[in-house]
Amino acid sequence: MKEAVAKLFETAGRALSESLGDPKALERVRVRFLGRKGELGQLFKELANVAEQERREAGRVLNEAKVRLEALFSEALEKKRELEALRSQAIDVSVPGRRPPAGRLHPITQTATEICRIFNWLGFETVEGPEIELDYYNFEALNIPKDHPARDMQDTFYISDDVVLRTHTSPLQVRTMEKRKPPVRIIAPGRTYRRDSDVTHTPMFHQVEGLMVGEGISFGDLKGILTTFVHQMFGKTVALRFRPSFFPFTEPSAEVDIACVMCRGKGCRVCKSTGWLEILGSGMVDPAVYKHVDYDPEKITGFAFGMGIERIAMLIFGIDDLRLFFENDLRFLQQF
Amino acid sequence: MLISLKWLSDYVNCPLSAERIAEGLTMTGLEVESNSLRHPQLQNVVTARIEAVEPHPDADRLKICVVDAGGAELLRIVCGAPNARAGCVAPLALPGAELAGGTVREAKVRGELSRGMLCSQKELGLGEDHSGIWLLPDDTAPGRPLDEALGIKDVLLEVAITPNRGDCLSFLGIAREVAALCKTSARYPAADVEETGPPIDSLTSIAIDDPKGCPRYAARVIRGVKIGPSPQWLKDRVEAIGVRSINNIVDVTNFVMMELGQPLHAFDFNRLREGRIVVRKAKAGERFTTLDGVERSLGEGVVLICDGIGPVAIGGVMGGLNSEIAPDTCDVLIESAYFDPISIRRASRNLGLKTEASYRFERGTDPDGVLRALDRAAGLMVEVGGGFIAAGRIDVCPNPLAATQIDLRVDKVNRFLGICLSVDEVVELLERIEMGVSRIDSDLLRVRVPGFRSDITREVDLAEEVARLSGYDQIPVTSPLAAVHAADSDPQQMSRARLKDVLVGGGFFEVINYSFISPEALRMLRYPEGDASPVPIRVKNPLSDEQAVMRTTLLPGLLNNARYNIDHRSENFKIFELSKVFLPSPVGLQAEEIHHLAGIMAGKRVERALYSGEDVDYADAKGVVEHICGALRIGELRFRADSLPPWLDPCASACVYANGQRVGEVGRVHLEVREAFDLKRAVFAFRLDFDRLFALKGPAPVYRGLPKFPPVPRDLALVAEEALPVEEPLDFICSLQEPLMESIEIFDIFKSDQIGEGKKSIGYRLTYRAADRSLTDEEVNRVHTRLIAKVTARFVVSMR
Repeated sequence: MKEAVAKLFETAGRALSESLGDPKALERVRVRFLGRKGELGQLFKELANVAEQERREAGRVLNEAKVRLEALFSEALEKKRELEALRSQAIDVSVPGRRPPAGRLHPITQTATEICRIFNWLGFETVEGPEIELDYYNFEALNIPKDHPARDMQDTFYISDDVVLRTHTSPLQVRTMEKRKPPVRIIAPGRTYRRDSDVTHTPMFHQVEGLMVGEGISFGDLKGILTTFVHQMFGKTVALRFRPSFFPFTEPSAEVDIACVMCRGKGCRVCKSTGWLEILGSGMVDPAVYKHVDYDPEKITGFAFGMGIERIAMLIFGIDDLRLFFENDLRFLQQF
Repeated sequence: MLISLKWLSDYVNCPLSAERIAEGLTMTGLEVESNSLRHPQLQNVVTARIEAVEPHPDADRLKICVVDAGGAELLRIVCGAPNARAGCVAPLALPGAELAGGTVREAKVRGELSRGMLCSQKELGLGEDHSGIWLLPDDTAPGRPLDEALGIKDVLLEVAITPNRGDCLSFLGIAREVAALCKTSARYPAADVEETGPPIDSLTSIAIDDPKGCPRYAARVIRGVKIGPSPQWLKDRVEAIGVRSINNIVDVTNFVMMELGQPLHAFDFNRLREGRIVVRKAKAGERFTTLDGVERSLGEGVVLICDGIGPVAIGGVMGGLNSEIAPDTCDVLIESAYFDPISIRRASRNLGLKTEASYRFERGTDPDGVLRALDRAAGLMVEVGGGFIAAGRIDVCPNPLAATQIDLRVDKVNRFLGICLSVDEVVELLERIEMGVSRIDSDLLRVRVPGFRSDITREVDLAEEVARLSGYDQIPVTSPLAAVHAADSDPQQMSRARLKDVLVGGGFFEVINYSFISPEALRMLRYPEGDASPVPIRVKNPLSDEQAVMRTTLLPGLLNNARYNIDHRSENFKIFELSKVFLPSPVGLQAEEIHHLAGIMAGKRVERALYSGEDVDYADAKGVVEHICGALRIGELRFRADSLPPWLDPCASACVYANGQRVGEVGRVHLEVREAFDLKRAVFAFRLDFDRLFALKGPAPVYRGLPKFPPVPRDLALVAEEALPVEEPLDFICSLQEPLMESIEIFDIFKSDQIGEGKKSIGYRLTYRAADRSLTDEEVNRVHTRLIAKVTARFVVSMR
């Protein structure tokens, strides 16, 4: 009898778990096991055939089984009701999410932050300086005397004869070296101004200046640091080249071009069919600059570089119109 | 500078293609910005011989020319030109040729297929003749590209010359660079001067009274020239680089300037009074009419070229109307001089007059090249205009300029550049650019710099020459050896970056506006004229009135951004700017530059349409200020509606005080300001002095143990006059410093008819807790009742 009861539980358990998904099946299973002619009933009928001395014990087993089986069914029924209740509360998973508010940093800020991050990581300290700058720091101390044709390279906004809106972040070179003894390693992001406004120029824009000065720093080191930067910023596979150029405060001077990120060097509108994009100006600090800060050019060498943040941001994000940066259209700002 | 390669080939033999020359110049420091054919329209235009002419079956005025264009088969071309006949050779534009009139295509003309187009001079853009097709010499071979057959194939390079390389503002200068590229030498043009006239000393004299402005002045005189149009070769040359041909004499001066880089001036000798030249400084206010017909007032310091009586030219800038070459000129005085670059630049800038001559002089011409150019011009003038060159030349040079000599340490230069060149290699590189090099010892070189390289004065300048000529790409990429050191970080910078992140996390978008604003903007913010608020710093030469002053506030920019976005249907937004404003400095020349943080909020609090309900209000803006100050761990924050700035609506705004200091304001933008900025809806704004806030920044947090016993909340509902600030009872309760009260907050404010007109109900939730035990109800009730009693005694309120 015990075996028969055990077997009964086994089949009942299986039948129950199979019936959970189907509302009508549970009742069918209940009838099958607990119904008047159900399987348990059959076992009770067989009790008559059990030997006298074992009948009592068998009856107890069967009664106990009946109680357990009924409990099992009511439990199943309860579970079934719960499932049904959950099902009726089911939500539409396609409803829009209730998002926490999220804004964005301006793409210029994002780009400047990334540039500074790379240089900070190389041990360059971020410094800042005034935007309304003395002619001395903006030009004179950078080896751009008055009446020098190099002043034509930059159309300047004047506040007075001796005060300008800085045309580049390069004054930070002199301001920093004035205050510190070598070695110096700085990076200086900020707003800059030139009197120019057309499709490719805005009267205000952003630059990052860099300076590394110390003993034994060579042009090869300039190439090394800037190559590291370009690889970090644009990817390790981007080709770059250093090309002679002229800045009054560096000698030798070099423009750095990278293979056009739009056409991969094949030639397109962005790179004016040259396959190259100019992204930064650089060079070995001119001894004339050291004179202004009382460094000994026989002992101290180093390099400086500067880049336009808008330019880099345009390349990174594929932005084709400079003026978008200052319109502050949310449909633009939301994209970054 | 525009360089014709055909013209350039007169001065250098270079086997390289145009592309390689362009690449080579770019990589040695002369950036080639464009590289184009001089006659791009002649691509796909070839010479073709007309073998036969047949009538067109369907048109009386058209013919079918069967032409040999060099290919295997003869081509049938429909042509309407009256002069087309068998045996002649004419230009044939093949399909694909891009002529001024459009692209040539194979087409049926009245039913007959034409495989191209026979062209006139005008159709090819090479002349004015349009009477028929252009008949080339009959012996011209058919099938050759037309530009080659005509010998006019040329490539133009647009070369960007940096300000230090004045020596490259000429064909000779570029030729020297190309020669260095090809390891050959440039060819200097010959000057054939046959002196058949009287001695020059008998004709004229030159005196320099301003040796600083004009260190060298040389002249020749030619008599009996005939002014007329330039011969074709000269016209072609000057026009090839975009200069208009004027007459033979003037064209020669322009040609020689382009060729050698030495600007020249030709005077009508007979219009020079007393037949002599005096070089002197202009007197302040002296007036003179230049040959462009403009009468100019001269400043002090301008170098003036005068005759015996008065000015005839502004030295190094422009000649005068009174002595210019005229159609009846027969005697010419040619000026070839070296002017001081700084004097010329100053004069050019003060006069607002930039010319090809001043451009070159201010970049430094070759003082040693003065005579070469003079002789070259004299020879050419006689060649194209006839006449006799007076014997000899006048060359006044009171203080001859010494040649520059520089010592170069090869080892030092190698270490500086990070390369390893031998002494021989360095010598070879420098000699390529005409430096005179002598070896002093195994490391030291003495370098004599030619006069045309006035930019080279120091060892480091020679190092640059070595670097660029050996190639920047040859310099190995190295890592600097430097002590490991962590970059310091400025806490103020970091704090700004952190606040930006805090705001972005709160749904704000960062904007960046120009630092200059319109002076009107302050009026639009309702600041009265002559207000005590700082007078903004003016830009002396702004691009427009809109950008005439440096901003003293971020608000105009933000309000303009708000208008722009509302107008573009972005009506729900939060924007901020954290950046500098510029205040006049009480000391020094520069401004006081301080950081402000300001923002604007408009539209729905929640942007998604499904969940959006209410518009943002004062509490939202105030909450942002609280959030910012919380991020800076500022201890005490107060909002008071006193002494508000004029741009805020006094009904819904407050000034912000942190630790008792005024740090900004927050609230609804004044209706009149909204109207002035054309904002179609209400906006809320906040403005904070970031620098001041940063100074009040709280200390880094220190851990306190977490409470071990449970809190007990108790509510307090007061009915008060509507005018009572809800914060006052709260502040009062806090000031009682009840040790068991842990915190208090407002959970409810409402008005209703039941409460009564002019009243409001304020719900405060007080939380009690003891650090060392669980509080009993009785204990809490006792304390709570005591607090209530004190509140009701202090304020005109009732319990609800």
